[in-house]
Amino acid sequence: MGEKILMKGAEVLGESAIKAGCRLFFGYPITPQNEAPSYMAKRLPEVGGVFVQAESEVAAINMLYGAAASGHRVMTSSSSPGISLMQEGISYIAGAQLPVVLVNVMRGGPGLGNIGPAQGDYFQSVKPGGNGDYHLITLAPMNLQEQIDLIYDAFELADEYRNPAMVLTDGLLGQIMEAVEFHREKDLASLPAKPWAATGINHRKKNLVSSFDLDYDRLEAINHQIQDKYRIVKEKEVRYESYFADDAEVILVAYGTTGRICKAVVDILRSEKYSVGLLRPISLWPFPEKILQQLAQKSTTKGFLVVELSAGQMVEDVKISVNGVKPVHFYGRMGGNVPSPKEIIDIINTIHWEGK
Amino acid sequence: MEMELLAAGFGGQGVLMIGQLVALSAVDENKYALFFPSYGPAMRGGTANCTVIIGDNPIGSPILNEHEHIIVMNNPSFTKFEPLVKKGGHLYVNSSLVSEKSTRTDIQVHYIEANDLAEKAGANVAANIVMLGGLLKISQFSAYAVAEKSIQKKFASKGEKVVQINLSALKAGFEKA
Repeated sequence: MGEKILMKGAEVLGESAIKAGCRLFFGYPITPQNEAPSYMAKRLPEVGGVFVQAESEVAAINMLYGAAASGHRVMTSSSSPGISLMQEGISYIAGAQLPVVLVNVMRGGPGLGNIGPAQGDYFQSVKPGGNGDYHLITLAPMNLQEQIDLIYDAFELADEYRNPAMVLTDGLLGQIMEAVEFHREKDLASLPAKPWAATGINHRKKNLVSSFDLDYDRLEAINHQIQDKYRIVKEKEVRYESYFADDAEVILVAYGTTGRICKAVVDILRSEKYSVGLLRPISLWPFPEKILQQLAQKSTTKGFLVVELSAGQMVEDVKISVNGVKPVHFYGRMGGNVPSPKEIIDIINTIHWEGK
Repeated sequence: MEMELLAAGFGGQGVLMIGQLVALSAVDENKYALFFPSYGPAMRGGTANCTVIIGDNPIGSPILNEHEHIIVMNNPSFTKFEPLVKKGGHLYVNSSLVSEKSTRTDIQVHYIEANDLAEKAGANVAANIVMLGGLLKISQFSAYAVAEKSIQKKFASKGEKVVQINLSALKAGFEKA
C-alpha cells in the first residue's frame, strides 16, 4: 500500500471491495462496467473468494440476498438496465434488513439507452426503485480515489445499519484510468459479528431472515424500526463537499462526474474574481438538506444552479431543501453527453442572477 | 506543469496505447494523470480517441473543449480534431496516411510519416509509438528514459523483439519531430 498505480475505474471498484473484506461477487455482464466482474473473476480466487457469473441480474441479486443472509460481505456491480432488473431483490434485501453493496455505473437511458455516462438513475437509487418504504444509503464519488474510499465505507455502513448501500457512479468513472492508492485494508478477523445471520443452528435460538410477515401489527412494527434506523442515518451519515460555497453569490450543486466538472468551473471563475461556489453532495441519501438550507439563508447567496446528466432529478431534492428561499436553476445533458466547464460557464452567464 | 493530449485514429491504430503510455509515464514520475477513452463496440475499424491530462495538481474536468496537443492518425480524425487544437498548441499529423495539410497559422503542426518510420523500425503497427516519440520531444511529458520504461512494461508480455521495435519507433519519432 501507499504506492500509486494507474487503474481503470471499473477495476478499481473490484479491488476496493476486496480491500473492504468482500470475498463474494455475483453479477451479470453489461457495458460500461464489464471490467469490474472480469477483474473479480480473476482476482477473487487469488484471495480465497468466489465469483459467480449468474444467468441473469435477477439471479445475481438473489445470490446476494442469500450470501448476505448467511453473514458474508457481498457485492454486485451493474449498469442502469441491469440495476432495473434487480429492483425486486433489492426491496427484499432492504425488507429483510441485510447488508449488501450495490454499484450502479449509470449509462444513457431510458430503456437500453446507450453506453455513455449518465445520471438518470438518481430517483431509482434514492427514492428508491423497488416496492415498499425503504432507502438505499447512496454514495456518489467524483473520482477514482474517492471511489475507493466510498466502496470501503459502503461496506461499513451497510453492516452498521443492516441496510443495502449503493455506490452510484457513471460510465465516465467506469472507463477512465487514474493513479490511485489503496490506503485501507480490512483485516478479515475484524469484520463485525452478525449474530442475526442464518449460519446453521448450533446451540442458539433460530435466526429467521425474511421480509415477509402476515401479521399487520408485527409488520408495522418492523417498518417503524426500519424508519427509526433511517432517522439515525439521516442524522449521522450526511456527507458533502462545500467548495468556496460559504460566501458565494452563485452556488453550483452537482454530484459525481458533474460535481468534478463543476469544481473545475469554480476554479476557473474564482480566478476571474467571480463569486461562485460548489456544494457537492457525496451522500445522495441521506441528502445534505441542512447545509443547503443554511446556504439558502445567507444574504450573500443569490441562487443555485443544479447540473446533472439527467432531465432534472436531484434538483427536486435541492428545491425541497432550499424551500423557495432562493431561486434554483437547472442545467442537464442526456444521452451520454457530458458538459465541459465552458458549457456550464456559458449557462451561468445566461441566467439572470438577482441583483446582478 | 499540466499537459492535455487528445489522440485519435481508426480502432486498431493504437491511439489508446499512446494515451496509456503517456499516463503511465506521468504516474511513474509521481504526477497526477487521467486517461479517458472513447470508442465504439468494434475492436478494429471504427474510430477511437482518448484524452489524457497530466499535471502536478489533481486533475479537474475530464471533459475539455480544446487540447494543447492533438495527435491524428487518419484523415477523418484530422478533419474532426484539427480545429480543436488550442491556440499556440501542437498538432501531430501521421503524414503516411493523412493527405491533408493544416492551414492554421496559430498552432505548430508536426508532420511525421509514422507508418514509414515504423516500417523502418521493424513493424508498420508501431506507427502509434513513432507519434508518441514526436509528442515526447515537443511536450516533454516525461523524461525519455521513463517513456522507454513504460514501453518496456507495456510490451514485455509480447517478447523482447516487440519491445526493441517499439523502442526504435519511439526514437525515430523523437528524432523526426
